[in-house]
Amino acid sequence: MLNYLIRRLGYALIMVVLVSFVSFVIIELPPGDYLTQKVEQLRARGDRSAELQVEMLRVRYGLDKPFLERYLNWAINFLRGDFGESFEFERPVSDILGARLGYTVILALATTLFTWLLAIPLGVYSAVRQYSIGDQIISVISFIGLGMPGFLLALIILYFSIVVFNLEVTGLFSPEYRDAPWSVGKVLDLLSHLWVPALISAITGTGGLIRIMRGNLLDTLGQPFVEAARARGLKNRTVIWKHAVRIAINPLVTILGAEVFPSIIVGSSLVAIVLNLPTIGPVFVDSLRKLDMYLAGTCIVFLTIMLLVGNLVADLLLAWVDPRIRLE
Amino acid sequence: MAVATAPSSVSLVKKKELGQSYWDLVWYRFKKNRLGVLGAVLLFVLYFSFVVIPEFLAPYALENRSRYVEAPPTPIQFLDEEGRFQAPFVYGLERRVDQVKRLRTWVPDTTKKYPVALFAQGDEYMLLGLIPMNVHLFGLQTSDKDARIFLLGADALGRDYLSRILYGGRLSLMIGLLGQFLTLALGVTLGVISGYYGGPVDMFVQRFTEFLAAFPNIPLFMALSAAIPAFWSPITVYFMLTIILAFLGWGGLARQVRGLVLSLREREYALAAKSFGASDRRIMFRHLLPGTMSHVIVIATLSIPGMILAETALSWLGLGLRPPLTSWGTLLQDAATVRAIRFTPWLLWVVPPILLTILTYNMLGDGLRDALDPYSGRG
Repeated sequence: MLNYLIRRLGYALIMVVLVSFVSFVIIELPPGDYLTQKVEQLRARGDRSAELQVEMLRVRYGLDKPFLERYLNWAINFLRGDFGESFEFERPVSDILGARLGYTVILALATTLFTWLLAIPLGVYSAVRQYSIGDQIISVISFIGLGMPGFLLALIILYFSIVVFNLEVTGLFSPEYRDAPWSVGKVLDLLSHLWVPALISAITGTGGLIRIMRGNLLDTLGQPFVEAARARGLKNRTVIWKHAVRIAINPLVTILGAEVFPSIIVGSSLVAIVLNLPTIGPVFVDSLRKLDMYLAGTCIVFLTIMLLVGNLVADLLLAWVDPRIRLE
Repeated sequence: MAVATAPSSVSLVKKKELGQSYWDLVWYRFKKNRLGVLGAVLLFVLYFSFVVIPEFLAPYALENRSRYVEAPPTPIQFLDEEGRFQAPFVYGLERRVDQVKRLRTWVPDTTKKYPVALFAQGDEYMLLGLIPMNVHLFGLQTSDKDARIFLLGADALGRDYLSRILYGGRLSLMIGLLGQFLTLALGVTLGVISGYYGGPVDMFVQRFTEFLAAFPNIPLFMALSAAIPAFWSPITVYFMLTIILAFLGWGGLARQVRGLVLSLREREYALAAKSFGASDRRIMFRHLLPGTMSHVIVIATLSIPGMILAETALSWLGLGLRPPLTSWGTLLQDAATVRAIRFTPWLLWVVPPILLTILTYNMLGDGLRDALDPYSGRG
């Protein structure tokens, strides 16, 4: 077990190094990036303070050094917690991301919790009452939700709330609470805005989960051990939830790891852009659009770390849920 | 077939089924799936109208500007002011200032009436890029150069939005097909080779796929397309975007094909081909490849909408196609702001065709999966 963990962590480390290198290449790829533009602007001004600033930038980012050295410079600073500076905001990257991290985590956890609490019971119901009317309604809805892109759904919801109901649903807070200190009123206001992203993820996110849960549980319910459990006279509820679901939920655990952890960084950034949510996603997309290199690069590296951590956690969870799985 | 499937002759149907080739059987099973057939028909209609003849269906040319900036949709009228039934016509538009909202809007000008006609003459275009024509499916029959019909409103430059949606579909729908074609070519070839030979190619395919999987998908699309230089010509950008989509998509396909080939190459018919002295290439592409086709077709059909959506999302974010190229994604740029939704909500008409395309692809793919999957008892 410990051996396995060490091996996995070592593998993840190699992956992070590789990904960070590729991210850096991608960052450096576009001609006319922010830094070059800025240096040229400063040069064009040509006075003393501008010269000094160019000099500072040159030393900080090693502009005259070869590519590999610049990468190492970036990577070492990264390990020290200095992710570079965003040129767009003219503030350290860590400040910008830190300010939004809280809301991003809250949103990711809230939507995930909501989606899963909805999807698993619906999937189980669908499988246990196969071909019932409830099953068919759930199937049709999940089929539609499966193909529905979240950001278009967000647009449609926005359209109805603005044009039909004349409601303002963008953002996480009403204007009067935006800069207010935390209070009961502010929490209630947050909850009254949270239902829009929650609804969107309920429609787009549950479809796939319900289908997988239903299919797996149907397979599991036909197996001999379920029959044996029933033959021993266990209650139907115990048979389904303690025996069958525990096995059938396996693939969902893998999905949980692969989706939830990365979503903390850029979870449904497209939806967040439409709804103007103060999360990291929109900043990341904006940094790519403006070629704000260090901000974008930092996001990509963290995203990868989250994905790798998520996969590892999923594997460990899987071993815990299903005792037949041995990690070695 | 109609005779054979008469309700009383069930056993006859079974017999007929047995005597048919695999593809006949697939076709037979697919035809019974109503949703799948509907998807196929709708897709054909979509592609025909958005890719082949949008110039004919659209009342105006793509860049036909007018002074009617952000004009709302003009409904076709059948009744005149006294309520008498008339041939279809539209009213002219008149500029007004809305005192309450403090906005400039357009209101119908009932003094001007323009008859609407089918097959009206309008802007010149080349049908299929070959035949010069100026007949449009519908248009206004008037000598007034200022008259316009905007069934779905007009955009910020006074261009007819219906026409723009029709033209925009071509790029959006084609990028899915082109990208999928490239993905198939790469994924299937490398998948078959890596499954058949193993060794270095297999190593490469496996590691590369894992590496791509370590990146989250949409952000990687975005990062790569952000790296496309801004000064490249729009057409080059379009092809680069297609290549990026294919580049990120082939790994998963290659893996699945590899898995299938791994089991197929041990089958008797593959061994027989080998003992007859068939070359490796012949075994791979004549004997093993067809065995993977049914899976490949399903995967391909179901992943095209993802590509179309990726283009739409990227262009919407300003990371994909850029004006003057017009696709559904670039149209969405103007539509997807709170201001636009409040004041020009008709610009959201670009969303229904996107959703329809995705839905029809999913319907077709689902029908194909049921028909092609030999393990399912359905159908």
